[in-house]
Amino acid sequence: MYKTPDGKEIFVLDGHTHFWDGSPENQANIHGKQFIDCFYAYHTGFSPKEVLWPKEKFEKYTEDDIYRDLFIDGPDDMAIIQSTYLSDFYKNGFSSIERSSAMAARHPERFIVNGTFDPRDGEKALEYIHYMKEEFDIQGVKMYTAEWNGASKGWRLNDPDAYKCFELCDKLGIRNIHVHKGPTIKPLSLDAFDVTDVDDAATDFQNLNWIVEHCGLPRLDDFTWIATQESNVYGGLAVALPLIYNRPRHFAEIMTELLFWIGPDKILFGSDYGIWTPQWLVERLWNFELPEEVVAGRGVVLDDEAKEKILGLNAAKLYGIDVEAKKKQLAGAPVQIAAE
Amino acid sequence: MLTDIIKADLETEVWECLEMVTDPELDEPITDMGFVERVEVIDARRVEVEFRLPTYWCSPNFAFLMAFGIRREIGALSWVREAQVWLNDHCFGDQVNAGVNSGRAFSDVFAEYCNGADLEEVVETFIAKAFDRRQEVMLLGLRKRGLTAEEIVTMRLGAFDRIVFGDEDEIWQKPRYRDLLLTQGLAETPEDLAFPTWDKQPIAAEALDGHLARQRNLRINMEFNGAMCRGLAQTRYKEVEFGEDGPTLVDFMMGRVPPREDAVARK
Repeated sequence: MYKTPDGKEIFVLDGHTHFWDGSPENQANIHGKQFIDCFYAYHTGFSPKEVLWPKEKFEKYTEDDIYRDLFIDGPDDMAIIQSTYLSDFYKNGFSSIERSSAMAARHPERFIVNGTFDPRDGEKALEYIHYMKEEFDIQGVKMYTAEWNGASKGWRLNDPDAYKCFELCDKLGIRNIHVHKGPTIKPLSLDAFDVTDVDDAATDFQNLNWIVEHCGLPRLDDFTWIATQESNVYGGLAVALPLIYNRPRHFAEIMTELLFWIGPDKILFGSDYGIWTPQWLVERLWNFELPEEVVAGRGVVLDDEAKEKILGLNAAKLYGIDVEAKKKQLAGAPVQIAAE
Repeated sequence: MLTDIIKADLETEVWECLEMVTDPELDEPITDMGFVERVEVIDARRVEVEFRLPTYWCSPNFAFLMAFGIRREIGALSWVREAQVWLNDHCFGDQVNAGVNSGRAFSDVFAEYCNGADLEEVVETFIAKAFDRRQEVMLLGLRKRGLTAEEIVTMRLGAFDRIVFGDEDEIWQKPRYRDLLLTQGLAETPEDLAFPTWDKQPIAAEALDGHLARQRNLRINMEFNGAMCRGLAQTRYKEVEFGEDGPTLVDFMMGRVPPREDAVARK
């Protein structure tokens, strides 16, 4: 719950968070080390000084840490935890559904845990989707197309094996597909961040919601085009939002483009926790105004109503959450300060 | 003493020529981005360059393009007999280093990693983006000067050449824009249009706004990439320490960078 300066209570559903273990003990090789180091550079490069974490906490934070950072010190009412395995880099997976679900079980009213799968596993991927549905009743998955898998250094959403998986998701009612386009390694002749596969998949699977994390950045231009064409494509603000801190004008330009092309109903807040913590992000977003010279002639507004949608109402719709009922439930179970 | 001066002069020459190598994604010189970490001239004939990208995961095809761009620019200096280019701490570093130092042609090395496909298409995509980025600066500059859409879209190269720009970015981009017009065969004589589209078409006066809107979208995207690259390059290998004045970023480069046996072997 974010309380605005004038006392209004805003429902916050954090659409993109993780409960990872990137510690040296879990790293399988140099790639595992470089992966968490790269995340840490995002953290240190784009956070205000006063919210920086020591490396050790960043590599592996505890169940108490995540609960405190999101719900006690942070304004989140609920958070979606994404799963990412990176089995070629981490012994027990970077953030597995089992580990995240065990953590979330302490406060089931606050977490939605999403699964993930790797279409290159063929039949096994299909079995795994069944397993995640039966065991954890997942409503969504996170797709990381840049994941390495043996000789393969990436995959595309329009690969035939991926389509088989999406058909099964559709059948089982796993409707929310979060997509993170990382750099594709091979073939090198392809633009590494090419997003045309999102276009194909979203066209061919109209029942599914495609939430493109980082708004397709670094291909914002292609993403806005696709999202305008496809009614089932959404943009997640993770990674773009932290620019609000040291490059506010640039953030204003990105928001203006997003509001102009896809509108306030299809933009989702996500802190990308543990890379960033939600408190400062939500506070700054709420107090943010688009400069006159940036919006000039574009006819877009980032008013309180738009911000409320972005911070929680849009994601609540995608995940079937009755916001009023949820507010009541949470009011009856206030955040618990864990005994330290 | 004299050899030290010569060495320093030659190294400056190398640094200057490296300004011609751009990050294809950003259209900015790799030297401005701080990617080049070491330039050394040995015996006034041999050049060694080491560079590092903002992350271990930066796109390998861009890494290849930059590495070969470095080799090309150094090789063009008349006194250079030998050149060695090293990309450090990158997931595709071994392949890039083996390729760029093999003496083989770029297309040849590259084809190996592309299932035989051609890199030209992706290269062209990025030149097209660079062209639009540079052109936008010129178009906005002329607008600021009060020129009408009609005057801008019908301007000839000769007239464009005579304009003296004042803004820093405009002064920087003007020769870079002109360079692409010429090398890409988009305008050559003073009578040619100064502002064709990338597809060699004239822009209609009423289409200028739409043209600029598309270029703005592209610029925002490229600026985002630039902001990310700069931020990440700045903090790579740094960690937070909590002292009396609160948290500070400390350089952990020494001892934290993965061991580079190859670097030792080279010496």
